[in-house]
Amino acid sequence: MTALGGLGPHDQEVLARLPGRRPRSRRSSPGALRSTAVAFASTIAFFGFLTWIAVNSPGWPLVQRSFFNGDLLVASLPDIAAAFWVNVQLFFVAETLILALALVIAVLRSTPGPVLFPVRLLATAYVDVFRALPGVLIIYILGFGIPGLNIDGVPTDPFFYAVIALTLIYSAYVSEVYRAGIDSVHPSQSAAARSLGLSQWQALRYVVLPQAVRRVIPPLLNDFIGLQKDTVLVSYIGVVEIFRQSQITEAAHFNFTPYLATAAVFLVMTIPLARLTDWLVSRDRRRAAAGAR
Amino acid sequence: MSGAPGPALRIEDVHKSFGRTPVLLGIDLTVAQHEVVCLIGASGSGKSTLLRCVNLLEPIDAGRIFVAGEEITAPGVDVNRIRRRIGIVFQAFNLFPHMSVLDNVTLAPRKVLRLAPAEAADRALALLERFGLADKRAEFPDRLSGGQQQRVAIVRALAMEPELLLLDEVTSALDPELVAEVLAVIRELARGGMTMLIATHEMGFARDIANRVCFLDAGRILEEGPPEQIFRTPRAERTQRFLQRVMEAGRL
Repeated sequence: MTALGGLGPHDQEVLARLPGRRPRSRRSSPGALRSTAVAFASTIAFFGFLTWIAVNSPGWPLVQRSFFNGDLLVASLPDIAAAFWVNVQLFFVAETLILALALVIAVLRSTPGPVLFPVRLLATAYVDVFRALPGVLIIYILGFGIPGLNIDGVPTDPFFYAVIALTLIYSAYVSEVYRAGIDSVHPSQSAAARSLGLSQWQALRYVVLPQAVRRVIPPLLNDFIGLQKDTVLVSYIGVVEIFRQSQITEAAHFNFTPYLATAAVFLVMTIPLARLTDWLVSRDRRRAAAGAR
Repeated sequence: MSGAPGPALRIEDVHKSFGRTPVLLGIDLTVAQHEVVCLIGASGSGKSTLLRCVNLLEPIDAGRIFVAGEEITAPGVDVNRIRRRIGIVFQAFNLFPHMSVLDNVTLAPRKVLRLAPAEAADRALALLERFGLADKRAEFPDRLSGGQQQRVAIVRALAMEPELLLLDEVTSALDPELVAEVLAVIRELARGGMTMLIATHEMGFARDIANRVCFLDAGRILEEGPPEQIFRTPRAERTQRFLQRVMEAGRL
């Protein structure tokens, strides 16, 4: 740093940015405040108007009774919360398996060399098939088909098949995310590692994968959010999770309020994860901007 | 390995094409133990490709390459074992951005030579100390200047104790004021007897440091000889033209 007169590259970066930033923010801040206020007010007015239309519609009293029953909401919450625990378990077990299986598939697809061609072909076929099929179909086929074979020792628990189906569906997507990350690491990194005598596997393990995984954390979280919601699909094969539980409660009371309770649970669970993802993305962008000199 | 017979490096009639583009058209070159050979020539003349072929980062189409008498281009040779003996430093540093300076230097000794982490760290610190980088051991590469990054890259290659060091235009990506510190490191290595094959655009440096200079043109070594001869009385007309252009650009 002696050549730079005691200033680190980072200091220079900061200095270089300051003059450009200040006037811009000074000029725009009163305008930005007014825009925010206008946007806020118009949003409230718009949704207020929609609410007014709904509340004054001829069918509103009926809808209010069947969707917004406060007593039933309170009464159904314990059952719904307990059923949601099944979704949480599904999510964590499947997610762990997905992260591992998808990584293996991504690595297999990224490994060059003629020896592994059949393996690459299989991995590619798997990804293509499982991304092409609707998830519900896979859940149906696995959840009803395999136990239907009546083979001794094959599990009959629908939870087991729910985990397998979700893992197979999501690993296909997540392996593509990993692969994009692996491809984004410049080949010169691998060349540098190989030039030091590291084997192909060591270069992947110590140099390429750590950089690849770090880069794809935001899109991985995006897929987690999708998985969180798709856990309700396994209700079709008889797993009593939150959606099936709300159907049961709905059927018992002829009232749709449990669905709203379920929706509220998902909002509370998913929005924080979405915010976290956005925050990570913007942090990465800031870092990349600071790193580009 | 020091008792191995023959020159440090012998390249015999090496050919290499990328697709239909021929890059090397029969290169013959020998580098003796402790010799420093500089490759000069225009961009695209094949200097970098030749170095990458010697390190087996690019497969060659024809010809043979020997390191200390052992043919490294023979089929079935363990490329990882060969690369351990040959260090290479790249124009763009290619440090591992997710690792500290110390981890960059110790990765290969730990994973390839299977040194204990403490021993690898001790040896790395001694090298970093020698090149004035000991206080940067915990920094990450993007916090260092270009000159410091390139010195770390050299130390990383040296940590494997190579018999032969290949330098691929190691100062081309640096700001002019940072070139000197990297060249000083290479001079120090030459004084220590390191065998080096250096592709460079720094003609003044080549003249100072090289025992021999080779002028590459369109995939062939057109002329080679001691630096005084190549730079003062170049024989081939293309060499004269190249040096004329370099001189006009103020680089000699």
